[in-house]
Amino acid sequence: MPDELRSTAEDRLTIADEHFSSRLLIGTAGYPNQQVMLDALGESGAEIATVSIRRISLEGYAESMVDLLKSYRLLPNTAGCETAKDAVLTAELARESLETDWVKLEVIGDRETLYPDVEGLLQAADQLVKSGFTVLPYCNDDPVTCRKLADLGCAAVMPLGSLIGSGQGLQNPAAIELIVSRSPVPVILDAGIGTASDAALAMELGCDGVLLNTAVAKARDPVSMAGAMRDAVAAGRAARRSGRIPRQSRAEPSSPQLGLIGS
Amino acid sequence: MTLNVTINGEPADIDARTVLALLEERGVDPEARGVAVARNGAVIRRADWSETALADGDALEIVKPFSGG
Repeated sequence: MPDELRSTAEDRLTIADEHFSSRLLIGTAGYPNQQVMLDALGESGAEIATVSIRRISLEGYAESMVDLLKSYRLLPNTAGCETAKDAVLTAELARESLETDWVKLEVIGDRETLYPDVEGLLQAADQLVKSGFTVLPYCNDDPVTCRKLADLGCAAVMPLGSLIGSGQGLQNPAAIELIVSRSPVPVILDAGIGTASDAALAMELGCDGVLLNTAVAKARDPVSMAGAMRDAVAAGRAARRSGRIPRQSRAEPSSPQLGLIGS
Repeated sequence: MTLNVTINGEPADIDARTVLALLEERGVDPEARGVAVARNGAVIRRADWSETALADGDALEIVKPFSGG
């Protein structure tokens, strides 16, 4: 048994010196109800769950996410922010609200596609890293942007597989592979996952983890899909570490060539 | 005399003179976990809520965590 397989039990995801057994990061939005969300999170095996920071409705408010999700490492996002300034303030409010300096940094450049605004993202990442945040930026599937974010001190990069919530899977696997091969920090595939094979592919390409939400939350059976995603991420990771066979253009019989009857 | 401020983007007339008093006036439990406040673009730490004075024209943000992706 190769050493790298033997050590699977210790094959942990490490972000900013913190270790995680699960390589699946999961979102908390859009489930049919709160109980399904909690059950799906449990089934997914994820240890990191994303939340948003929003204005309190002054007409009273429901049970706190902080209490509901106390067994998870919460990763607040800056979803919806369209400027570096708003994203930085949201991250600072999140730090005060959740007592964490981790942030999933989003600076959105276009409301329709929810594509990142690279300029704003780099600016916000720089400010937040300098203020002591552990920054995990949602970014384009572009090796140069990912490199710049890592150079600024981001703890990971989170390139998109395809548009947020689209379920289109990995639209540019070659770019993801390129990012993985060059990244000095963990690469988390974020956005676009539609089904289990998308998550497995991301891991097979060498991503260190997968962040998804809609694919589970909006599945017909979210809890069951959460289990499928857990298994897909584990399978994709194991396949990556096992070393896939090279592709070739001709057939190669797997059964012995000698001893055929009738010869 | 009331102060004219903006709370979460909406204009409001308030009697409160501190962040803590404002939360109470607005029915937000100051003990609730997850509540965070910014005044004019700067976060006011929970420990400072009782001492941070409000002024006419302040823009306040009162937030908490919600579900998110």
